[in-house]
This record gives sequence, C-alpha cells and structure tokens, in this order.
Amino acid sequence: MLTPSPGRRAVVIAGVRTPFAKAGTVLRDASAADLARHCTRELLYRTELPGSEVDEVIYGQVVPSPLLPNVAREVSLLPQLPRTVPAYTLNRACASGAQAICNAADQIMAGHADVILAGGVEVLSDVPILHTRKFAQVLVAASKAKSLGERLGLFAQVRPRDLVPVSPAIAEPSTGESMGQSAEKMAKENHISREAQDGLALMSHQRAAAATADGRLSAEITPWFGGRAMDQVILSDNTIRADTTLDALSKLRPVFDRKYGSVTAGNASPLTDGAATTLLMSEEKAKSMGYRPLTAIRSYAVAAVDPGWQLLMGPAYAVPLALKRAGITWQHLGLVEIHEAFASQVLSNVQAWGSPEWSTRLGLPGITGEVDWNRTNVSGGSIALGHPFAATGARLVTTLSNEMVRRDVQFGLISICAQGGMGFAMVLERVP
Amino acid sequence: MSAFSIERRGNVAIVTFNVPNEPVNTISKAVGWELDEVLSRLAADEPTKAIVLRSGKPDSFIAGADIEEFVQLRSVEEAVRLSRDGQLLMQRVADSEKPVVVAIHGACLGGGLELALAGRYRVASDHPKTQLGLPETQLGLLPGAGGSNRLPRLIGVRAAFDIILAGKSERAKKAFQLGLVDELVPEAILLETAVAAAERLVRGWKPDRRGRGIAGAVLDGTPLGRLVVYSKAKEQVEKKTGGNYPAPLRAIDVIRTSMESGMAKGLEAEAQAFGELAMTDVSRRLVEIFFATTALKKDDGVPPGMGRARPVRRLGIVGSGFMGSGIAGTAVLQASVEARLTDADLVRVGRGVKAATDMLTERLKRRRLTRFEFERQKALLSGTGDFSGFAGAQIIIEAVFEDLAVKRQVMAELEAAVPITTILATNTSTIPIHDIAGEAQHPERIVGMHFFSPVEKMPLLEVIPTGSTSADTIVTAVQFGRRMGKTVIVVADSPGFWVNRILSPYLNEAGYLLEEGVPIELIDAVMTAWGFPVGPVALLDEVGLDVGEKAGKVMHQGFGDRLTPSRVIGVMRADDRLGRKNERGFYFYKDGHKTGPDGSVFQLLGVRPLGEVDKQRVEDRLVFAMLNEAAMAMGEGVVRVPRDADIGAIFGIGFPPFRGGPLRTLDAMGAAEAVAKLERLEAAHGPRFHAAPVLEEMARTGGRWYPVGSGR
Repeated sequence: MLTPSPGRRAVVIAGVRTPFAKAGTVLRDASAADLARHCTRELLYRTELPGSEVDEVIYGQVVPSPLLPNVAREVSLLPQLPRTVPAYTLNRACASGAQAICNAADQIMAGHADVILAGGVEVLSDVPILHTRKFAQVLVAASKAKSLGERLGLFAQVRPRDLVPVSPAIAEPSTGESMGQSAEKMAKENHISREAQDGLALMSHQRAAAATADGRLSAEITPWFGGRAMDQVILSDNTIRADTTLDALSKLRPVFDRKYGSVTAGNASPLTDGAATTLLMSEEKAKSMGYRPLTAIRSYAVAAVDPGWQLLMGPAYAVPLALKRAGITWQHLGLVEIHEAFASQVLSNVQAWGSPEWSTRLGLPGITGEVDWNRTNVSGGSIALGHPFAATGARLVTTLSNEMVRRDVQFGLISICAQGGMGFAMVLERVP
Repeated sequence: MSAFSIERRGNVAIVTFNVPNEPVNTISKAVGWELDEVLSRLAADEPTKAIVLRSGKPDSFIAGADIEEFVQLRSVEEAVRLSRDGQLLMQRVADSEKPVVVAIHGACLGGGLELALAGRYRVASDHPKTQLGLPETQLGLLPGAGGSNRLPRLIGVRAAFDIILAGKSERAKKAFQLGLVDELVPEAILLETAVAAAERLVRGWKPDRRGRGIAGAVLDGTPLGRLVVYSKAKEQVEKKTGGNYPAPLRAIDVIRTSMESGMAKGLEAEAQAFGELAMTDVSRRLVEIFFATTALKKDDGVPPGMGRARPVRRLGIVGSGFMGSGIAGTAVLQASVEARLTDADLVRVGRGVKAATDMLTERLKRRRLTRFEFERQKALLSGTGDFSGFAGAQIIIEAVFEDLAVKRQVMAELEAAVPITTILATNTSTIPIHDIAGEAQHPERIVGMHFFSPVEKMPLLEVIPTGSTSADTIVTAVQFGRRMGKTVIVVADSPGFWVNRILSPYLNEAGYLLEEGVPIELIDAVMTAWGFPVGPVALLDEVGLDVGEKAGKVMHQGFGDRLTPSRVIGVMRADDRLGRKNERGFYFYKDGHKTGPDGSVFQLLGVRPLGEVDKQRVEDRLVFAMLNEAAMAMGEGVVRVPRDADIGAIFGIGFPPFRGGPLRTLDAMGAAEAVAKLERLEAAHGPRFHAAPVLEEMARTGGRWYPVGSGR
C-alpha cells in the first residue's frame, strides 16, 4: 500500500448495484455483461459523470463465461464512455470486487488515473458447462482431420462417459473439499453451534429486510426490467426472507453432513446473480468536479492460509494487517462489514479476532478486537442479500460508505473470506 | 477548373470525377461535354488501353443528374433533346474501344447509375453508404440517359421494374446479388480491383455474368414470360398510383418497347417519354417538392445568422408511452444519441424501453444493423423512475398525455431538476405552447415539438416557438429534429399549429357528411381517388376518436363556429368507439386489420344512408374545407412561407404529392375560381365556407401564393 501524496487519496463517490437474485430466478437470462453494463450506466447517470472523464474500468468476475473473458471491456464499451477507455477483469475469488476497488485506489494514488469505475459481477445462472478433456481433444483433432475416415476414426475413440458434461463445483482445486464442507469443518473445530449459526442468519435477514424497507439498501439498487416485455420491475433482492424465524431455520436439514452437521441452506449464502459498480476518484479530482466523496480507501490487506487447514480463516490475518496499515486499532472502528459466506465462517472469524488463545495460535501479538453486533452488518449480510461472488466486495464498499456518512463514523472495516484460504480486509475513512 | 482529372497506372487511365466546389457530383450538360472530351482524348492516347472511372468525393459516387436543368426545360422537344444528349454520352462510354470500368463507392443514383451501366464492368465497395438506384420516377420522370434500356438487359425485366418503378435504391450487397455490379470489395481495395479488372479486359477477358435461375429464364428470358411480367407490373402500378402518377406506366411501356423491339427503338421511346413526362404538372410538382425539402434541410427556422445550435448528445423523455418510446427509439436509430425515458410508473418505463428496443431489434433482424451496432444502440436506451441523468441531457421532450395541468406540472418538476440551459420541449398536438410555458421561470428554453404518430414512420415534425422562445432553442430543436430524420417546419403557436389546423375542418366536414347519411366507404373512396393515402373517416379511426374529440374541442374553442365539431364523434364515443385502438370505430376490425365499413354507425346517428350521392359535391366540400382553412391560417401567419405549408400538408397528412400541397392546388385553379367555388358552397352549406379574406384579396388582385413559373 502506497502512502498517498496530498490530494491523491482515492475516494469513493458513489455506488450502484443491480438487485441480487437467487441463481436461476429473475436474472437467469441476463448475461454478466448485461448486468455489469446496466448498473454501471445507471451509476454514470446518477452521478452525471461525463463518460469522457473515465480513465479505466476494473471489474471482478470469478466464473466468467469463456465467450466473454473480459467483462470489464464490455463495460468500458458502453456508448456513454469513449471507446478508448482501457479495462481489465481480475479474479481474487470472492474478494474480486474489493480487489478491483483497491487496484483502482492504487492506480489513483500512484497518479496513473483520476477516475475509475470498479466493481464486480457474477451470473451463477450462467456457469460454463464443459465437455470432458477427452471429448474436447477429439473435437479439436477432428476439426483438423483431413478426411472423413480420419474424422470417424477419431470419434470412434469416444466412450459414453466422455460425453458426460463437466460442471464446475464450488470446491478447492487443491484439496477437493467443497466450500460447504470447509464451513462444516470450521463449525465443528471451532464449536460453533447450530443455534448460533441460525441466530446470525436470522439477524441477517431481519436487518436486510429493515434496510430494504426503509430505503437504505433500495437507494443503492437500480431497477431491473425483466421478462420478455421488460415489464417485470425488480427493485430489491429476492434472497431476503423478511418473515423467517429461528424455528423455521432450525427445521432445515444440514446439507454437507446429514448426520452431525450444522451448516444448512438457511445459514449459508445462496448462489446469486448480480453486479455492482463503484465510482472512485482522486480526492483533488472529486473536489475540482464538485463531487462530495463518501469515504476514502485508507488501507487494505490480503492474507492467505493453508487451504487444507480452516479454509475460510484468511480474515484472521488480513484484518489486523489492514488495521496496522491504516494506523488504527479495532477500537477506532465505528462500523464493520463482514462478508457472510457461511454463518459458521463469520462466527469462526469473530472468535479468532477476539480470543487470546487464537492470537497465540495465529502468532499475532494480541487480540484483534471484539465484534460489537450493534455496529456490525447493520444492513444484513450475504446470507440474506445473496452473494454474487465478485459483486459482493463492491456492494460492501457502497453500503459501508453510505452507512458511514449516515452515522458520521470515521472508520469502517470490511472483511471478506475467499477461496484458496484467502482473506481480504479494507479500512474506509470518512472524508470530511 | 475541370471536373475530371486523369492519372495513369500502367496502361490504365484512372479518371477521377470531382465537380469543383460541390459536396457531391452531379451530371450536368457541362459535365457531359467535359466527359465527352476526356473520352476523345483517351481514345487518341496510344498508351492508354483501358479506363477506370471513379469519384473524388468522399462516400459519394454520383448523386444523379443536375435537376436544376430539368426545371429550365420549356418544351417537350427541349426535354427530348436533353435525354438524347444523355443517351449519346452513355453510348459513347458503352462503345469505347478502350473498356471503361466503373469503381463505385457511395451513392450511385440516377444519371450516375446510368453512367455506371454504360461501363463494361462495375466494381462496388461493400460500404453501407454505397447505394445504387434510379429515383427518377419519384420526380415524375424515368431514367432518360439509356438507363431504362440498359438496366433490364443487365439484370432482367422483373428486377429492373423493382428498381425503376418505385424509384428505390439498393444497398451494395443487394446490387451485387442482382448482378447490378460485378464485384463487391472493401473500399480499401476498390481502385486496385477496378484497375486489375481493366487490365484483364485489355487482355481480352470476358466477364462471366451469372444466370438468373429457372424462373428468371422463363419470365425474363422469353417474350411470353415477359408479357406476363409487363401486365402484372402495370396492374400493380395502377393499383398503387390510382392513375395519378404517369411516370411508372410510361416506364413499363418504354422497357417493353426496348425489350421487344430492340434498343434503338427503346432509346427513342425512352427519350420521347422523358420529354413528355418532364413537361407534366405531376413532374413539376414532384420536382418542386424535391427542391422544397432540400431547401428546408438548410433552414433552421430563424433569420440567417440568428441562434446557435447546441450539440445534442443526450435526450431526456418524460412519459414512456407510445409517443415517448417512439421518440426514444427514433432518436437512437437516427441520431445515435442517448435516450433516457422516465415515467411515474416503472412498469411503463420498462415497456417503453422495450418498445424502443424493438425498433432496434427489427433493424437487426433485417440486417440493417450489425450485432455490434445493435448492442451499442441498445445501451443508448435507458429508463428510470426519477430524473437521474436528466441534468446531463441537452434536450428533454415531455410526452405525457394531453392535459394542461399535468404538462405544466412536468415543466415545473423539470425546471427544478435540470440546469437553466436545458431545452424543454413539449410534444402536444392541441395545447398551446405558451399555456404550457405560462408559469415557467425560463420560458426562453421551452418550445413545442409536435411529432406525428407513429414517430418512426411519420416524416414530419412541427417545431413551435412561443413569443418567448430563444433563437438558440429554436435552432437546436430544428436541427435535432432533422438529425432524427424528420422534415422540420417551424410554425406559429396557434391552436392546432399547422397540420391539425387544416385537418380539423376537413374531418368535421366528413362528420357532417356522415350526419347527412353519406356512406362511409364513399367518403373515403372519393378522397383516396383525389390522391390521399386514406380517406377522412378511416383517418379518424386511425387517430382515435378520443384524440379527435379532444382536438375538435380545442379547435372549436380557438376559432369559433367555423370549426364546430360534428356530433358524430360524440355519438361514437357514447358507444365506446375509439377507432382502431379498441377495434371499434367506423370500420370493422379483425386481428388488427380493417375489414369493412360498419353500417351500424348510421343507426347510432339515427339517419338512413343515402343511396344516391353526388361525388363531386362530396369532394368539393372536403377539399375546400381544407384549402380554405389553409388560406385562413396563412393569412394569420401560422406558417412562415408557402413552401413550409405545402410540405407540412404532404408529409404530415399525406396531401397528394402530385398536387404539390394545398397552396399549390389553390394556385393551380386560381384564387378567383376558388372564391367562386367557396361562395357556392357557402350558399348551400353555410358560413363555414366563407372564403378566407386573403383568398378574396388574391381573387381581386390576381395574387398567388407562389410567383408564376417558379420551380422552387
């Protein structure tokens, strides 16, 4: 992390996202480019930013379609922008959106850019389904074959099992363990009870429902016009269950360990479609254009743990590092946003930050801090709002920035666990 | 300075056609002489073995003949001679011992295509701007420089009819498919390809022209087959023109002579027909319309030097119904601007964006747009429930429903939401603009833009300034309307503006005729025979009886008893008849198609339909209701110049083009006769037919709307 020269602080001006929708529901026919372009264009209109001011577009996407490998360029080819805006798409797993924003901040601080659109998109309704390696090899060879005989010979090698499509699983390539199995393992090893997990899920839904009803979240969402006639107006996230109860949650059966497990569909984040974009500027550019920034990016940090250990424990290292880089301690934080991949993961992270035993175990000089739920995930989290992988980071930055302004809080923290044992943390600072 | 320059490449002479100080090339007499001389020089030039002809203009080959020269023709003989001269020039090209290859990029129309047809080989660029066509019949003429003879020989009689009779242009790809051009290449290698073809021709190469398939061989290739084609074409033309336009019929005869009696006879027939057609009133009127629309393209509606247009990149539209989405889609398609719709109801916003997107999808399906262009244009369309993005728009058009209070409310909200420099246009057909602007803080940026429905198809736009509208606002609105592909007239802020003003008494009169029991189909038939595309009763159904009722009331209020609406509309409305929109009107509808007149209308009216009707009287009443109102409005200064009035009537309500517009029609009969006719109508039907003061004045002084013999 660079120390910004005067005026080169990277500030968040605004953010807009699409409604988040359970995969296979209302957004299932949209492409990643559709969603990303839609919310980015709305962001431009809401901020009245002239497209000619944009220096770069950085977008995150974890599961891109092979037909659209660089969704960021699709965004920067919006006709509202000049055709000459460069763009790239990155993959830091579930922290991709946050990484896009931090990369933007780095570019701004380095003086390489003044205005960047950064965000993330995921359409888990449109994951690529692949042919087997064997069948793919035959297809490639057949396309080069010189005669019909040669072609037939190649296809003769294909066995029925080679024709079974391969769909990607949300699993660690290194260990083969699925994300849910990891969450289940962490629940057991850290003794996170089913009740505690369901309790967190309930809070997530209740807070998300309240923040949607009072307009705090709705203000960050641009309507999506769905259906063939574009007359199905989607204004909010269809993942939120405003009326769920502890009782209802407790009746769900564990998914990953039917016998002794505690991780259910109710206390985990659902597969989700959605996109979110934030507008970042250098502080001096924002001033000269008359924008009032919401927050500044004060620091960020990425850490990684052995994926064979507790896969989603990266934040235990990333958060203290980000705080250190920000030059503040946990006590300075007025608001905290923890990405809720699984309730067991959130509660494990909370345990790791707050207990002296964990600090010793992690080799940290002392505890990171005690989570105060009155100041944490105050508008709900990914369990209720859904988790379109790369979009989540951008959602968190926007929601936290707006809430920091609303509550006039000086410092806010974002914590995200990610595939591969990675943890991502960011400190935002209120801009006076 | 010469229009032709020559450079050599090996044994090929490249002749570049570039008329000095003109944006496009046209073929005039002077150009013809020059080309003749160039050909002579090259014929005598030993090293030159072949010739490539190309244009020096960007994105334009040859736009056609110089139409100014047509206007000056004073007799049939003179016009025949002009055609003969053109034919001889083209023959010279065709007969050139050194083969002529034509390299075509951009518009290749009329005389330009006739020249290309005379060449030995044609290469065209595959650029979208490359269009080939023979639009002469649109000016009441036919291709008179050999084109009527060469085209059917090259591409067959049927395809030649398609191009000549409708006067349409084909894109390069279609032209290639038809065999109109021999090769299609990217513009970057157009010249090289043409030169290479020329070199091959020098070496004795014979281009291989493709056959036309079995149907082509039978229909185009045999005298009997062609007989079928001629009679079919004649039938279709007669049905389409109602016998009001002689040019296409003459073209059929000329092509028939050419194909059946040989090219020498064909060329003779072509010149004779061109000469006679050039002297017809129909051709005169159509040429005048051509000049009028060309002049309107340069007229910003304010005195020269006044007002500066602001560049428009984003258009805001309030109200995303049929009109709003039509404006949005047309703006994106034609002007490539951002179009943002807003409406109180988000479901309507979504539907509006969809309707506008459908216009783009239609183009994509017809391959008028590439997938890439389609995606870009689609992203120019957006919708919102608030005014986000409106502050960055240069023009905002309000298209909410016709209610003064609502429109004023919208203006007030917009004034609060956007900078004072944003132009606020109101799309209304009946409400005076100064009423809508009445409470505005900045009335100088408020202007009326009256689009016609459906916006995509209707070619006219009325721009209506109030007394407070600034020149900048007017110029910006006019120029933007033009970018949307519209012919724009600037008219005064008076009830009904221009088009609906003259339409109002005409529709009222149709209502009175119905009250008297004149059959629906008879009224409409009389006016379509007169040259209107649809009759007044069918038009009422199209416009909608609710809209008609509202407009009728406004006009009655504005102008008193003369424009009293007929009671027919009230009776129809009481029976829940809205016209086509609810498939209940003066006509029956089935699945969106008009099936026949609904006689029950007369029961509603309590009258018995008449058996015997004097058609001439029906025609006189309808025609003069409109003509007299036109004179009345002109007398009040509703339109600035007669040209705008006539163009407005032709493009706005389909006034028969061959009549040149209501004022040309009055000039043709003379004011004195018009007043005499109106006096007879007044005596029989009452004071609504009292002649307009300005007409009475003209009758006394022998005045006219246009100077005698003015072609433009």
